[in-house]
Amino acid sequence: MWDWHTAREGLPLILHGFGITLLATALGSLVAIVLGLVIAVLGRAPTRWVRLPLRAVVEFVRSTPVMIQLFAVWVLAPGLDPLTIGIVVLGLHYAMYTSEVYRAGIDAVPRGQWEAAVALSLPPIRTWWGVVLPQAVRKVIPALGNYVISMFKETPFLSVITVNEMVHEANQFGSDNFAYMEAFTIAAAIFLIASYPTSMLMRKLEKRLAH
Amino acid sequence: MLTDNPARKTSVSPVSTAVTFDQVVKRYGDHTVLDHLDFEVRQGERVTLIGPSGSGKTTILRLLMTLERVTEGVIQVNGQPFSGLPEKQLRRARRHIGMVFQQFNLFPNMKVLDNITEAPVQVLGLSRDEAAERARDLLDLVGLADKADVHPTRLSGGQQQRVAIARALAMRPDILLLDEVTSALDPELVQGVLDVLRDIAQATDITMLCVTHEMGFARDISDRVLMFDGGRVIESGPPERMFSEPEHERTRDFLGAVL
Ligand SMILES: Nc1ncnc2c1ncn2[C@@H]1O[C@H](COP(=O)(O)OP(=O)(O)OP(=O)(O)O)[C@@H](O)[C@H]1O
Ligand SMILES: [Mg+2]
Repeated sequence: MWDWHTAREGLPLILHGFGITLLATALGSLVAIVLGLVIAVLGRAPTRWVRLPLRAVVEFVRSTPVMIQLFAVWVLAPGLDPLTIGIVVLGLHYAMYTSEVYRAGIDAVPRGQWEAAVALSLPPIRTWWGVVLPQAVRKVIPALGNYVISMFKETPFLSVITVNEMVHEANQFGSDNFAYMEAFTIAAAIFLIASYPTSMLMRKLEKRLAH
Repeated sequence: MLTDNPARKTSVSPVSTAVTFDQVVKRYGDHTVLDHLDFEVRQGERVTLIGPSGSGKTTILRLLMTLERVTEGVIQVNGQPFSGLPEKQLRRARRHIGMVFQQFNLFPNMKVLDNITEAPVQVLGLSRDEAAERARDLLDLVGLADKADVHPTRLSGGQQQRVAIARALAMRPDILLLDEVTSALDPELVQGVLDVLRDIAQATDITMLCVTHEMGFARDISDRVLMFDGGRVIESGPPERMFSEPEHERTRDFLGAVL
């Protein structure tokens, strides 16, 4: 039966776990957003010696489950802090998806924009930074946001490598106190409370960027 | 304002040829667009390229702007070889040339003023203030002094094209390439753009290569008209003669269709 007392006792622990979840999502997203952009831009490199190996890595990382990647790195690099491994692996895994998103955004920038940049003798860095990326990124912000949300929902995977994120903590508390119902109800409620404003925010953002 | 342009002065050099095409071949696959093309444009000359669709007029301008590479032959600009340079030197050489496109190609992520100051700041190293001053003068010239802080997507096609002209001129090129710059415009907006170009032709000694179907405009500004067909120049001469008594039958047919 539901016990309010146990629930109150578990709450701080689970909230602490939620903090870890948020941290992992925020830093993992940062990795995915920056690295994805780098991969997308390098994917446009003039030489095949950059493009082909990059393609291979992207395909490899995309075609293995994130859980396996987490385990593999954890086992192969035993000295590393699990949270760090989690952030890097999640970020890396999602970078493969965000790079595709950026790529589509870059492809959608009309050829005339590149040609105008050439006609003005803009150096490549400035063409990317001043002309192409601002237009490409603006188009893909909603899609990137969706990946941040799905990363948030996949952070429980980090519990398999002992990261004390929220689901891990809920599970721990549940088994220590025979209070799985309280523990997981709280965890679910927190996920719900966090998701709702996020999705509202996303919808607003999409609308703002639409025109 | 454009006449006391310091960039202009450097163009007064012993070399009087702005553009030379020497046996230029351009092929796409096995389709030969330019077939050992030879022609010259003197510094300060205004040349209009005419010819049927597919005769390679756009290709010539794109080769000059280095948006395409020649298959064979040599292009010279201001007496210097221009084709086949490594990318870095090419970028320097390109500064002598400006281009205005049919579709304007303004940067939608920048305000009008920033569209114009971008290259002078980033490429020529002007300070923001200098570049902004230059940009405002040019906006004045094209009649859009009040639009500096507007985003280009808010402008009409004719206004966008005038900004694009100002943007090209802000680099003070020796040579200006104009590829059907009024073709994408609603008819009532064409005159405004042509008037701006007429003013520029009058007020500066910039070399112009112009592709246009506006024969009245071509007659007004050109020193010479080149008729292209089959990848070569088949006839050339001053507009008065070309338009009234073309020698070549293909020219007669073509002008008969457009005039
Ligand atoms: N990137 C390309 N790949 C293949 N063929 C091309 C390419 N660009 C141009 N062509 C071909 O080259 C020929 C010349 O094209 P170009 O655009 O220079 O003609 P144009 O004289 O400007 O014609 P228009 O009056 O229709 O603008 C055309 O047959 C065109 O199909
Ligand atoms: Mg054309």
